[in-house]
Amino acid sequence: MKRILDTGNAACALAVKAAKVDMVAAYPITPQTSVAEKLAAYIAEGEMDAKYLPVESEHSVMSAVSAAAAAGARTFTATSSQGLLYMHEILHYAAGGRLSLVMANVNRAICAPWCLYVDHQDAVSQRDTGWIQLFAATTQEIYDSVILAYKVTEEINIPVMVNYDGFLLSHSMMPFEIVDQEIIDGFLPPFSPAWRLHPQWGGTFGNVTPSDQYPPYRNSLAADIVKAGEIIEKNAREYQRLTGHWHGGLFDIYRPEGAEVFLLSMGSMAAEMELAVDILREEGVPAAGLRLRVFRPFPARELCRILPGGARLLVFDRNHAFGTGSGALLSEAKAALFDRKDVIKVTGQVMGLGGEDLPAAYLVQKAREMMGVLK
Amino acid sequence: MRDSCVNPLSRPVKGAGGPTGSWRTSRPVLDGRKCNNCLLCWLYCPEGSISKEDRAIDYDFCKGCGVCAAECPQKAISMVKEEV
Repeated sequence: MKRILDTGNAACALAVKAAKVDMVAAYPITPQTSVAEKLAAYIAEGEMDAKYLPVESEHSVMSAVSAAAAAGARTFTATSSQGLLYMHEILHYAAGGRLSLVMANVNRAICAPWCLYVDHQDAVSQRDTGWIQLFAATTQEIYDSVILAYKVTEEINIPVMVNYDGFLLSHSMMPFEIVDQEIIDGFLPPFSPAWRLHPQWGGTFGNVTPSDQYPPYRNSLAADIVKAGEIIEKNAREYQRLTGHWHGGLFDIYRPEGAEVFLLSMGSMAAEMELAVDILREEGVPAAGLRLRVFRPFPARELCRILPGGARLLVFDRNHAFGTGSGALLSEAKAALFDRKDVIKVTGQVMGLGGEDLPAAYLVQKAREMMGVLK
Repeated sequence: MRDSCVNPLSRPVKGAGGPTGSWRTSRPVLDGRKCNNCLLCWLYCPEGSISKEDRAIDYDFCKGCGVCAAECPQKAISMVKEEV
């Protein structure tokens, strides 16, 4: 293993190269651009044996990687913000088609007004497309999550989106470890799908279905994505065994011992939250950090298992679930805890939109406000 | 997981979408006396509902689009309104 200093986008591109991807299609958008640039360079310079397809839009990107995946290729693409929104129609198509796909989404605020900096509105807006969504918080986790995503998508036939915060992670340099190629090859064997489009096979996919045939396809996707949590955790353990790298299962829990107040968030703000937890602990608040690594499927059962009776849950959302009065994590957390027999007090706030800075002291102040609401 | 995965895969078979002939509002009727067997109707029919052997039209699947009638150089096919 080799330890290097580079950006989150560089870590992502290195992981894609290590995964021996066959085909890349991408359309540039800030802050994703340098992932696409690095992969184009790897392929042009012969470091990576893959086809690079330059296309005219993100809608075409997702159409191209979906078609290539259906033809049996291991594919990759990356996007951000408006680019992800433009893919929306084909995101449904890819998940409904049960295609094995991996995409990096470098989280960025969406229009209007225009903004280049991080929040999670782009990914949260794709909640119901049937994609698995992972959220990373460090450069190492980006690298490892991309490898893990291929393993998961090829086992469960559901596409995986690896999310990481624009600029804060995509452009910040952090040291990380590159895993030896033999170890990755052992973890991630060549892609061999159960079916592939081929003229000699003579079939197609995603064809027209009458009303009596349509529901089983959609219902099976709904049932299978719920099972993805176990598959993610199982493969993360296997990856840990091979590499020693571990970022948590569905949640990454910080200082759970004796905790009564849990601070739930995702992405880089959840890493900053560890400092906030330290400050609160020093003040005598029995706080713990709950960093959500898997937004879809939402790990409702794990959340119930983690929280002890009488716990207080403070939710920090970097997105709006418009019409609910708060963010998506708060809605999800409340729904997950509804069936608990004992009382768990839950509240939340939206913050950090459009890259608004969230230093630990500010997070502590917000946590205090939320604890005040719950009194 | 693979065993339980329901893939939306399909192969071409006759009438996979059901008897689409019921969609028709008017039907093509071939006048054999005018037909010169050029087969343009067979070539153009988007549903493959015209037989190459005898130009018989399969009304179970013909949607009545009228492409055959429009393309026929002999004006041998006329579109006749379907009566309910």
